[in-house]
Amino acid sequence: MDRLKKMFENTERKVLSIYFTAGYPQLNDTETIILELEKNGVDLIEIGIPFSDPLADGPIIQQSSYKAIENGMTLKLLFEQLKDIRQKTQIPLVLMGYLNSVIQFGEDEFCRKCVETGIDGVILPDLPLEYYEMKYQRLFKNHGLNLIMLISPQTSIERIQKIDAVSSGFLYLVSSNSITGGTENLGKQREYFKRISDMQLNNPTLAGFGIHDKESFEIATENTNGAIIGSAFIKSLEDQENLEKAVAKFLSPFKIDQCV
Amino acid sequence: MKPINGFYGEFGGAFIPEMLYPNVRELEKEYQYIIDSEDFQKEFRSLLRDYVGRPTPLYFSKNLSEKYQTNIYLKREDLNHTGAHKINNTIGQILLAKRVGKKRIIAETGAGQHGVATATACALVGMECSVFMGAVDIDRQAPNVQRMKLLGAKVIPATSGSQTLKDATNEAIREWINNPLDTHYIIGSVVGPHPYPDMVAQFQSIISEEIKNQLFDQTGKEAPDHVIACVGGGSNAIGAFYHFIDNDITQLIAVEAAGHGVQTGKTAATIALGKKGIIHGSQTFLMQTEDGQIVEPHSISAGLDYPGIGPIHAYLSESKKAKIVSISDQEAIEAGIFLSRTEGIIPALESAHALAYLEKENFGKEEIVVVNLSGRGDKDMVTYEKYI
Ligand SMILES: Cc1ncc(COP(=O)(O)O)c(C=O)c1O
Repeated sequence: MDRLKKMFENTERKVLSIYFTAGYPQLNDTETIILELEKNGVDLIEIGIPFSDPLADGPIIQQSSYKAIENGMTLKLLFEQLKDIRQKTQIPLVLMGYLNSVIQFGEDEFCRKCVETGIDGVILPDLPLEYYEMKYQRLFKNHGLNLIMLISPQTSIERIQKIDAVSSGFLYLVSSNSITGGTENLGKQREYFKRISDMQLNNPTLAGFGIHDKESFEIATENTNGAIIGSAFIKSLEDQENLEKAVAKFLSPFKIDQCV
Repeated sequence: MKPINGFYGEFGGAFIPEMLYPNVRELEKEYQYIIDSEDFQKEFRSLLRDYVGRPTPLYFSKNLSEKYQTNIYLKREDLNHTGAHKINNTIGQILLAKRVGKKRIIAETGAGQHGVATATACALVGMECSVFMGAVDIDRQAPNVQRMKLLGAKVIPATSGSQTLKDATNEAIREWINNPLDTHYIIGSVVGPHPYPDMVAQFQSIISEEIKNQLFDQTGKEAPDHVIACVGGGSNAIGAFYHFIDNDITQLIAVEAAGHGVQTGKTAATIALGKKGIIHGSQTFLMQTEDGQIVEPHSISAGLDYPGIGPIHAYLSESKKAKIVSISDQEAIEAGIFLSRTEGIIPALESAHALAYLEKENFGKEEIVVVNLSGRGDKDMVTYEKYI
């Protein structure tokens, strides 16, 4: 059964999802980070495919991407690193990246590799609804791969309904109209999250962008199924000496009641 | 040359994050209606005439014609206010931005020409203006930075990535994502998501509209046999081509910057390298690694130093409606110095690429060749100086 679906069905508390950039801080940290995140109570992991020109990302994810590319990370290598990951963990894994990386890899081959590796879904922020329907929907469906789309506070009701109908896995609620890595108070967005929640959509919802600590996580999840932390986690890996300890330390504030 | 659903053949589109969708959709819904309105046309045309100084001359260059044994006309976009064709677009877009109720303008710039043209347009209508410019380019193009500041614009250094034009464009797009309601983004070329390429092409099409009329007045001919223009993103080229596309007579020649040479790794000859993908929201040719990472281009002229190409040109190339050629740094410099000394016109290094192509093809004695002189070379004096 679909690992994402199962996770949402079986998780009673709010889902905690972590994003990290593959190849950062070190080229071969991918597997360690995944396993440590799982060990520390994370429910879902988004693996970022580093891209030279990440339009929707703020400085922290940009920096980690440049560093990862410099370290030698490629999409091909990422699949190689993840080859045996399903023998080690069943945590849902989602790839997040930009469409150009997928096009260069070959769209069909990309989907095939995802399925073979045990990737559960894909997020491509620069692939809008219309082009997905026109060009890629059939491909993803044929491969049985979830395509997770973004919704922003500006997205109209009709468009949200269309996106909900076409997406699967979950919906990514961009917390405010901004790029990643903001630290603005999310309190203003309560109305937006509530409005989406009241729509009773088919897909579960995860809030992302700007969620950076326990407090913002709680605000963001009042009316969603969970939330995604990216930039703040990546920042915590910046100057650490020991990856395992850094991951555990970052997640310790979340652990207390995630375990209750 | 109109896109169909935002595409020119397989090129174009609007590959943008959902956060930008409302902005781009708003523009897409409004732009053609506004551009076609009488009120807009009246204001646009009168500003082009009285403020920009149009029509720019179509100048028969006797000296070049003698040298190359053909009939060479120079379209003098260098004589526009602010010194290049870029202002045709910024005047058009600022009038559009005003009409959709925007309060604030952002733009990207490489050499600073588009930044100056944007700052100028903003000063004219009294709008707040922020120009993103790569930190490396800010150092290289100091005089244009000063001009923008004098005009009241804020120049914001783009410190991400390679700190040049593509990064300035990324930063401008990110700023737009963060300020979706009150801000209009004035893109400087026929690049970016639909409807930008079409909108910018329409504003620049004034160039070929004038060429057509002037050529008829001067020679009685409807169309030139060849039009040559340089391509960075492709706005001056599409402006010079626009009314001659699909006419059976005119050969369209787009000149890319080869830099040190197309195969040297230090080049900006995007189409020549020919890899399709997505850059700044548009499906087109771009310079990239096998893994899809966008590569930093090189050209002696900052205005051609862009790793992508407008989707219209990708289409003109793919459908063989235009001939795509490339000219090296050295050849461009020589052509620029030559024009300075034979005609008394110092061309922008971008435009010098178009001029250099005259060396490469033998045009017929009776044929008419129009070279689009997209800008003047004052901004390039530091570079020229090294070669004289
Ligand atoms: C004088 C001049 N010509 C040409 C260009 C290249 O741009 P495009 O290809 O959009 O005309 C520039 C860009 O800065 C320019 O300043």
